Amino acid sequence: METTLSNLYIGVTLASILLLVGLGLTFTFGQMGVINMAHGEFIMAGAYVPYVLQTSVLSGARGGAVLVAFPLAFLVAGVMGLVLERVLLRRMYGRPLDTLLVTFGVSLMLQQAAKDLFSANNKDVVTPTYLRGQWDLFGVTLTHTRLFVLLVVVLTMVGVWVFMSRLAAGRRMRAVMQNRELAAVSGLPTSRVDATTFFLGSGLAGIAGVAVSLIGPIGTATGTAYILSAFLVVIVGGLGKLRGVVLAALLLGTLNAFVEHATSSTLGRAAVFAFVILFLQFRPNGIVSFRTRGLAV
Amino acid sequence: MSILVPGTDNPWKARIAFLAFAGGLLALPGLLGSPGDVRQWAEWLCYAMVAVGLDVAWGYGGMLALGQGLFFGLGAYAMGMHLSLEQVPDGSLPSFMSLYSDYTELPALWRPFQSFWASAAVAVLLPMVIAGLLGLLVFKRRIRGPFFAILTQATAVIFALVLIGNLKLTAGFNGLTGFTTIFGRNKYAPGTNRWLFQIAAVGLLVVLAVAMKVVRSRYGKLLVATRDSEDRVRFLGYDPALVKTVGFMIAAGMAGLAGAVAAPVFGIVSPGQFDYLPSILMVCWVAVGGRGTLWGAVLGALVVNWIRVTVSSSRPDDWLYLQGLLFVVVLAFMPGGVAGALRSWWAWLASAVAGRLGTRRTAMAPAVEPLGETA
Repeated sequence: METTLSNLYIGVTLASILLLVGLGLTFTFGQMGVINMAHGEFIMAGAYVPYVLQTSVLSGARGGAVLVAFPLAFLVAGVMGLVLERVLLRRMYGRPLDTLLVTFGVSLMLQQAAKDLFSANNKDVVTPTYLRGQWDLFGVTLTHTRLFVLLVVVLTMVGVWVFMSRLAAGRRMRAVMQNRELAAVSGLPTSRVDATTFFLGSGLAGIAGVAVSLIGPIGTATGTAYILSAFLVVIVGGLGKLRGVVLAALLLGTLNAFVEHATSSTLGRAAVFAFVILFLQFRPNGIVSFRTRGLAV
Repeated sequence: MSILVPGTDNPWKARIAFLAFAGGLLALPGLLGSPGDVRQWAEWLCYAMVAVGLDVAWGYGGMLALGQGLFFGLGAYAMGMHLSLEQVPDGSLPSFMSLYSDYTELPALWRPFQSFWASAAVAVLLPMVIAGLLGLLVFKRRIRGPFFAILTQATAVIFALVLIGNLKLTAGFNGLTGFTTIFGRNKYAPGTNRWLFQIAAVGLLVVLAVAMKVVRSRYGKLLVATRDSEDRVRFLGYDPALVKTVGFMIAAGMAGLAGAVAAPVFGIVSPGQFDYLPSILMVCWVAVGGRGTLWGAVLGALVVNWIRVTVSSSRPDDWLYLQGLLFVVVLAFMPGGVAGALRSWWAWLASAVAGRLGTRRTAMAPAVEPLGETA
């Protein structure tokens, strides 16, 4: 019972990070069909934000630095995404595979740039005093940092949900996602909506980065560690729907935790992959998908 | 073929080009001189084999396979296991196994690799079987494009993880190494590098000949058709899933063969060589050289690796920048790669001379850039 609970907890923690990363991806991948391999490096950029704050401007208030880091990382990663979209990706719509490779090239350059800026060594973000400590519940140790990360994920999700379903900008975004041509002939500025989408999706990667920095050491490969699993989450979840991503993240996260506990960490990853392939046999479009009469997806 | 490479409607042109290439390749070690350079080129020829296979899948079939490292690695490990067993007396354990494990006799997984022919067969056939299964599972459900790319990339990541995780069977992160005798020859003997080069050259020529035959065949036309409009192919009564699976299997088999040849050339077989990063770099070779032309794939593998070795020997840090830049510049601004650029210049020149600029250029537009990316 206790191991089941603790596995469940580990699974949910992993799922929450995957969910944050996957949320950003559903925007860029789901709406625009752009596989942004540099998304992982936006996470990395976000993770370095609290580190930079703690070592420079806010070295006196390390706890506050973490809180300031969230909006700042959102901005930093968002602007990076915006630049990427305006400079490169805008020229490449309709060529998703080429976009994947181009953004991979960008990700290589960003990683090397981070190595030059911050050296190849891993860095630690100092855990704020208000996050030190833990609760024991039914024999499971809940560290405050991980609970805080969970809280951040929930708040971010609520924010995204409000934006998508209540605000005009979110409605425009959904319109473009569901039918780009129809949205365009209805007078929506699709190009501007694309830019907003990319800014938002990339910004979420920045928030994910700060969350990751609270859990462990950060380095130039921080983003790479999560990005592939997050893509699998998005594929299983189905494109462009929040519900799907949440379910898929929980599913893959807990599956990974349970198999890993029963066998080894490598087998955990392999089992998740096998599960994804199997799952796609039954629901090739993911858990939640738009119904469409079109042929090409 | 005419739709793919203008100017090679005549099969004899391609045949003569192939023979000239073969002659040049076999004469190359004499020109290079130093055994180190010869070994280096042998390595690049193995990469060129992978690139040709990948070009069949991606350039002709539109399937972006980001996990070719899996197949390249399977081939390399199959031959690496055989070479490890060659270093020790018959029936005894390879040297790393006595260090890391408590096996008293050779594990069942290793036993087939005592035979060279069994190892060679596994190196080529196992990748094809895996590609076939994965292809059927994925393509039958009409999973394609970026989804396929991500899934294949995951296979390469998991392959490397499994290798690292099973220290007792695979020597883990360090990999298989210490091949001092290679198929009965001393590794350090003067002629060995040249001999390995010749094996790699013959391997590349075989792969290239097979690929040329495949893309010229009716199946090759069907593969291109599937790339450009999968649904239309389906409506004509073919099964695009089968067409694509076969293309993916060909690419996997070629990568496996390349891996088998590469193992003795590298002298070491370790997980880091087959992870997702090397796998995606393989795509870069094809993109730079020019997808959709087999010569472009060969050229790309040779040129990119030449640049890599030249740059990273003098300024290792700059290589990542340059590699990233290569991806960006080639894919965003010249999707046809070097071969595509050369071809459109040549076509422009030819048509300018003939004074028929308009008609010639429209006729070759599809060859430079694949039309549909849905495949």
